Amino acid sequence: MAGAVSALFLLDIKGRVLVWRDYRGDVSALQAERFFTKLLDKEVFKHYFEELEEESLRDNFVVVYELLDEMMDFGYPQYTEAKILSEFIKTDAYRMEVSQRPPMAVTNAVSWRSEGIRYKKNEVFLDVVESVNILVNSNGQIVRSDVVGALKMRTYLSGMPECKLGLNDRVLLEAQGRATKGKAIDLDDIKFHQCVRLARFENDRTISFIPPDGSFDLMTYRLSTQVKPLIWVEAQIEKHSRSRIELMVKARSQFKERSTATNVEIEVPVPLDATNPNIRTSMGSASYAPERDAMVWKVKSFPGGKEYMCRAEFSLPSITAEEAVPEKKAPIRVKFEIPYFTVSGIQVRYLKIIEKSGYQALPWVRYITMAGEYELRLI
Amino acid sequence: MSGHDSKYFSTTKKGEIPELKEELNSQYKDKRKDAVKKVIAAMTVGKDVSSLFTDVVNCMQTENLELKKLVYLYLINYAKSQPDLAILAVNTFVKDSQDPNPLIRALAVRTMGCIRVDKITEYLCDPLQRCLKLVEDRGFLEALKDLISDNNPMVVANAVAALAEIQDNSIHPIFEITSHTLSKLLTALNECTEWGQVFILDSLSRYKAADAREAENIVERVTPRLQHANCAVVLSAVKIILLQMELITSTDVVRNLCKKMAPPLVTLLSAEPEIQYVALRNINLIVQKRPTILAHEIKVFFCKYNDPIYVKMEKLEIMIKLASDRNIDQVLLEFKEYATEVDVDFVRKAVRAIGRCAIKLERAAERCISVLLELIKIKVNYVVQEAIIVIKDIFRRYPNTYESIIATLCESLDTLDEPEAKASMIWIIGEYAERIDNADELLESFLETFPEEPALVQLQLLTATVKLFLKKPTEGPQQMIQAVLNNATVETDNPDLRDRAYIYWRLLSTDPEAAKDVVLAEKPVISDDANQLDSSLLDELLANISTLSSVYHKPPEAFVSRVKAAPKVDDEEFAETGYSESPSQGVDGASPSSSAGTSSHVPAKQPAVASPAAPAPMPDLLGDLMGMDNAIVPVDEPAASTGPPLPVLLPSTTGQGLQISAQLARRDGQIFYDISFENGTQGVLDGFMIQFNKNTFGSSGATWDLSQDTSTYGYVPERFPWCTKLTTSDLEISTDDNEFTKEYPSSVISSIDVTIERLAASNVFFIAKRKNANMDVLYMSAKMPRGIPFLIELTGAVGVPGVKCAVKTPNKEMVPLFFEAMEALIK
Repeated sequence: MAGAVSALFLLDIKGRVLVWRDYRGDVSALQAERFFTKLLDKEVFKHYFEELEEESLRDNFVVVYELLDEMMDFGYPQYTEAKILSEFIKTDAYRMEVSQRPPMAVTNAVSWRSEGIRYKKNEVFLDVVESVNILVNSNGQIVRSDVVGALKMRTYLSGMPECKLGLNDRVLLEAQGRATKGKAIDLDDIKFHQCVRLARFENDRTISFIPPDGSFDLMTYRLSTQVKPLIWVEAQIEKHSRSRIELMVKARSQFKERSTATNVEIEVPVPLDATNPNIRTSMGSASYAPERDAMVWKVKSFPGGKEYMCRAEFSLPSITAEEAVPEKKAPIRVKFEIPYFTVSGIQVRYLKIIEKSGYQALPWVRYITMAGEYELRLI
Repeated sequence: MSGHDSKYFSTTKKGEIPELKEELNSQYKDKRKDAVKKVIAAMTVGKDVSSLFTDVVNCMQTENLELKKLVYLYLINYAKSQPDLAILAVNTFVKDSQDPNPLIRALAVRTMGCIRVDKITEYLCDPLQRCLKLVEDRGFLEALKDLISDNNPMVVANAVAALAEIQDNSIHPIFEITSHTLSKLLTALNECTEWGQVFILDSLSRYKAADAREAENIVERVTPRLQHANCAVVLSAVKIILLQMELITSTDVVRNLCKKMAPPLVTLLSAEPEIQYVALRNINLIVQKRPTILAHEIKVFFCKYNDPIYVKMEKLEIMIKLASDRNIDQVLLEFKEYATEVDVDFVRKAVRAIGRCAIKLERAAERCISVLLELIKIKVNYVVQEAIIVIKDIFRRYPNTYESIIATLCESLDTLDEPEAKASMIWIIGEYAERIDNADELLESFLETFPEEPALVQLQLLTATVKLFLKKPTEGPQQMIQAVLNNATVETDNPDLRDRAYIYWRLLSTDPEAAKDVVLAEKPVISDDANQLDSSLLDELLANISTLSSVYHKPPEAFVSRVKAAPKVDDEEFAETGYSESPSQGVDGASPSSSAGTSSHVPAKQPAVASPAAPAPMPDLLGDLMGMDNAIVPVDEPAASTGPPLPVLLPSTTGQGLQISAQLARRDGQIFYDISFENGTQGVLDGFMIQFNKNTFGSSGATWDLSQDTSTYGYVPERFPWCTKLTTSDLEISTDDNEFTKEYPSSVISSIDVTIERLAASNVFFIAKRKNANMDVLYMSAKMPRGIPFLIELTGAVGVPGVKCAVKTPNKEMVPLFFEAMEALIK
């Protein structure tokens, strides 16, 4: 059974059909899933309707049908680049121009970029976003940790630019026989946007590509090296008989002093039936969030090498059910962002942009680290 | 955000259809467009707007691309139910397929392709040829093959997808990748869109490399795809590599490949939960085939607090598969953590996982048991029960090793309420009765409720008591065994329990030593093979990685309900099955049974061919040759609905909702085949074809293509009559033919001559007669269609009820029918 999608249903929250296309009888699971995320979350519908909601689908059902028509043919996904699609399927299809025909890009080898794009100022913005996933055991051991990074690009470039990206990738540097000045890093797994020439990368680790216009994820990578937890949280929970519970939470930043974590949010679980919160913090503000069964402690700015405290006391009902249901054991969860810093130490060494017309383009690079699935299990 | 089309969903006034009809025929363009939008909106929410077909099709002639697209959308949905009207649209299609605008051209061709009406397809060929600039007469296959060598990678990819699909539906080899096309495809792989890459990779996975070198070459070209951002591409690449690895002999290369595949597979787990699940199901297969690939990556399968339950369950399964002596400590810590979570199913599975690890890893068994004991001490009811179930398995695996923990288990005896846990505990008590001081007391506590226990527990109790008695043949157990055997034989309705009890009873009463040998015999060692797939199935599933079948862990045939489009019967086959001896063929060439291969569109459309000529005054076996042409009796004939229900040939459970009941029947001297199709599903079943193979009734290999919905056939049985024909005698029946006899107690032969005459009228011919005592014996012969001879002997006394009929024929399946016919003739 070749991979093809048999039908596509978009339902509203009550399960009624909003839009459907029936193609055939069998389905490839992964392709369908992937197609869905392409379709809904990230790319096409977002691009068209900004927000994907029931209302926006209803309002634009004609366009949706048109899109589905182009994106999938007899169950085979065909073409999912939103930017190019919008060149020939306009949202306001009412005022149609006579010259409506598919852009050449649809069938070109470079299917993600149209020809003849022109900008006054040629610029490229490159964001390196890393998220740290960490899982710490109840006895303080790091069970697993990894870093998932993404190079997000926004390009405003004229013509058909050839780009070449240089990273401090150890394999590449060693292959070129350069002394590893500074830090070189090992990337476990790299995934590229379809514009990157994979065969070339396999041969000599050069990342070369013709970028699509606008924003896209050039590559994602993963490192499973042991990461030191950037923010360490310890919580002592004392239950005094059945009347009250005392929490003492310590948070310590374990990165260099010149960096600062922003928007730190520490979520400490408390029993379901806790009441009367009494919270004091040495920095930031904390509050009881009953909808999450947790106390949420927010610190706007958390410089490196500092330690802050938070104490809280909750009342508990004195009556409990006879049969003790095991309590939910949620972990402490932490969110934060550290700008101008990457855990992996990845660096963009250069981004060369070559176009026939020979213009100069300016690349801008930013780094940021965020907390991903950052969990510390309680005892 | 410009559209405000949602208003089209909200008109539910009465008389909507006529209103729409009016608007569709409006002279204003805008109004027409609005109306079409309303129609599409109604169609989307599931209303039947097929009655507006003509009106919508009228709107097709428009310059407005948006409107055109909507009309086409409508056409695709309803053309099937209005095939005749759909042809009206063909002209516009043909015109559109020559439009200067490529969008319109593509739209027209695509829409025509989507409409599954035979006649449209015929019209499609020409425009397609024009569009593709194909000259060959309908040589699409060849054309598709040529397209593989096209310069445009998008064309290549879609040609491959099309060919692969045709191959799926065909028995003949159509699309075989040669080494030439292989290199073409591998080159195109680098250039086409991500979806195109998936098509190409999937079809490449069917290619069998000639030798290890070629396999290595393919793998080398495919490996870069592991770096692709689209996970469908990644999994398809993994599939090819796994398949080609079978051929690669160099261990270095294999090891290298394993190393390369691990990181991409791990990365799939950082995607959305749905993709994670698909990835995990596939990884589950991969791990069974090549455990080394992910041997070092067990940590990535540790569950996160927020993982959806389906992801957690799959992760647990893979953790068990990857657990080894090296990582067991860490894994056990995790399992213990999971066993204290809140989700009951997950907790149970975690506890069971600990047990399975103990069975799998001998050196870790002790650690596993200590974790289980710790869990039992938490005294959460379902944890304890689950733990006891797995400890029983551990005892089976390592007999006489860990009995020291029995005391701890016995403490929680009272809390057990699930049958499986109870049965496990009883088994443990019975097995180790000699080491448990109060084993008899413990068992006795269960015996009180013996009659109320579920069968599982009763069986275990029985066995455990017998074990106890054999191990401690004292007075207490003796009384117990009496009570149990009594309970399990006299008081029970369960045959399993009774049988087992009687066997034990007899064993114990005849030879207690033998009973000991049987009951206390050494048991075979168990292993952890739960959830392990059979290796041939595993290979099949691995070849289907990244499809639904690898997620279900079932081969595709098991769940894809769509019957393969019945291959159009080849001409030669038809010639073979077609029954052309019948003169009626010449007369009525249009009859469905004709060998021309026109799959006739049946009952509803075909004007019913006149049913056999006026019924003869007597039940006529001879019928009429005209009956040969499978005349179709009008569906509404009254006789149809009466009669007992037909025997079910294909129950709906195995027929994917379709139930077929059928029976041969004889009415008014005609043989009918009553078939009833019943659609048990909500949806519409279509694309049927009925084929009658060559058979004894002379019905030729006719085929009916029931392309209409079965729903319209409902309960109405279809009847296909044949006539039977008896012609001149054929005396060359060999002696070893089967002979059959039947008595007709109520039939009377009033006069021999009348009987002979009457039979002769039905082409049963008289040969000879003789007298045997007071009985008359008549010898006759007959011949059925397709040359089946019958020798008949009728025995009876004139005027006395009771006739005996003996028949000799080589075709015994015709005999019951013959007897039935004979009964009618001589009554």
